[in-house]
Amino acid sequence: MNELVVISGKGGTGKTSLMAAFAALAGDAVLCDADVDAPDLHLILDPSTRFQTPFQSGNTAQIRQEDCTGCGLCRDLCRWDAVREDFRIDPLDCEGCGVCVWFCPEKAIDFPPNVCGEWFVSDTRFGTMVHARLAPAEENSGKLVALVRQEARKIAETEGRSLLLTDGPPGVGCPVIASLGGAAAALVVAEPTVSGVHDLDRVADLASFFKVPVMVCVNKADINPETAETIRRTAEQKGHTFAGSIPFHEDFTRAMIQKQSIEEYAPEGEAAAAVRALWRRIVEQMGSGLEF
Amino acid sequence: MILSIASGKGGTGKTTVATNLALALGGGVQLLDCDVEEPNAALFIGPEWTREETFYAMVPEVDEDACSRCGQCAELCQFKAISVFGDTILTFPELCHSCGGCVRVCPEKAVTEVGRPLGMIRTGNRNGLAFADAELNVGVAFAPPLIRKVRSETLLDRTVIIDAPPGTSCPVIAAIKGTDFVLLVTEPTPFGLSDLKLAAEVVRILDMPCGLVINRTGEKYEDVHAFAEEKEIPVLMEIPFDRRIAEAYSRGEPMVAGMPEWRERFLDLYERIVNIVEHRNPERNV
Repeated sequence: MNELVVISGKGGTGKTSLMAAFAALAGDAVLCDADVDAPDLHLILDPSTRFQTPFQSGNTAQIRQEDCTGCGLCRDLCRWDAVREDFRIDPLDCEGCGVCVWFCPEKAIDFPPNVCGEWFVSDTRFGTMVHARLAPAEENSGKLVALVRQEARKIAETEGRSLLLTDGPPGVGCPVIASLGGAAAALVVAEPTVSGVHDLDRVADLASFFKVPVMVCVNKADINPETAETIRRTAEQKGHTFAGSIPFHEDFTRAMIQKQSIEEYAPEGEAAAAVRALWRRIVEQMGSGLEF
Repeated sequence: MILSIASGKGGTGKTTVATNLALALGGGVQLLDCDVEEPNAALFIGPEWTREETFYAMVPEVDEDACSRCGQCAELCQFKAISVFGDTILTFPELCHSCGGCVRVCPEKAVTEVGRPLGMIRTGNRNGLAFADAELNVGVAFAPPLIRKVRSETLLDRTVIIDAPPGTSCPVIAAIKGTDFVLLVTEPTPFGLSDLKLAAEVVRILDMPCGLVINRTGEKYEDVHAFAEEKEIPVLMEIPFDRRIAEAYSRGEPMVAGMPEWRERFLDLYERIVNIVEHRNPERNV
């Protein structure tokens, strides 16, 4: 079983729209939405939940007011200034390190576990989907990403699927790192802008750092054809696979509004044709064994 | 006043709004790019750099000769950043949250803290506009300490604009918590709306005043306006989809530079925010 992770560095380059089209084109892949902070793939794939499970991770300190003597040691030790003047702990500032719990001379601090989201296994018209929702303002998104990928892999193996398609989060930090380890390849969706070039370099370096082969595609290529060309050249110089260019096209937004992938919404259009060409190249690369 | 700009979904135009607002206001303003995973604001501001330094997180180092292998440090550590197996003691700096617990708990005083580089922080300015950003080293997972470091550059006598990272979890909280106003930026699409709802929930949990910029309007999709109305989030600005704006952005050109009419609009946006902050009734949420 091979896993393709779609990432971008910069947000909003079109990862999820392309993922939905790949899901339609692959037909029998297991699908995983690893952008647990701001998941969107479900808006197109319209999953019906088979089961859902709470995600528990980390702990938050809570001072029992009746047992607190107000000695202030917890406030001195806390490196996140989470202990307020009234000796209540601001749960948003609490890192869950447990230092205050350990050292409180009165043992007056509880440390209950956090439920910080939930994850789902669902059916979609393109196959089984594993996805999650981190509760707003919560931590540990990397752990939730690792969890949904692990569950998606198990399902792919049980169902005998050869491909797992994972929609990754933006950035280069903990959730992105959690989405890369062990993947067969990463497709970086770049846009031809100064920001896009900068962010592509960083996320491609990150994937290479974790020894994941990199493919690069440019979305909205005609917004700046020169920069799109620079991206292609740079990708090839760095030994990545340049997998294709997609034009800026209103079909993407219109398809999204209809809750469809572009392959369903406008299969005859030029944007869908470009996506199909991109997909063929990806399949070819993944089939032939990737080098980076 | 400290104003933060956030979004939920990436690529909606946070950096466009933050940089253009800062450039329209000009001198007397400070712009802090807190998207340390993918900082882009400097590409549009072009600051002259005055300072660049490495930021270190404090992680444990164990003196193996002094260590008695009692294992209390490993028991205390919630992040599995320090482990004792028989005679072996291992530290995993990439998992460490720098709480300092292991140093304090060690009865042999065998644990000390050493710096682990997380990224670079830079400060500079452009025509009186003060600027700071940071770049997380590739391969480092924890952005929040570096975000807090950028925020520690806040100049108290200035209007401060914070460009926050996308998402709804700890990096966003680190960037916007304690600011006076959150300006949310979305696009009028189903993805934009879905992520706006999540971002609005974060703002509600933090109990902060907020307003909305809708970017790339044009396509018929009214649900974002309906949501804003339902949640009483004022729509403070709309930016139409315009290929010229997208192309200028692609070259790193600020809107206020190439299209002077936008200067007035961003100044007007700022005025509306100031009005909301000044008229916010502090009793309301008590």
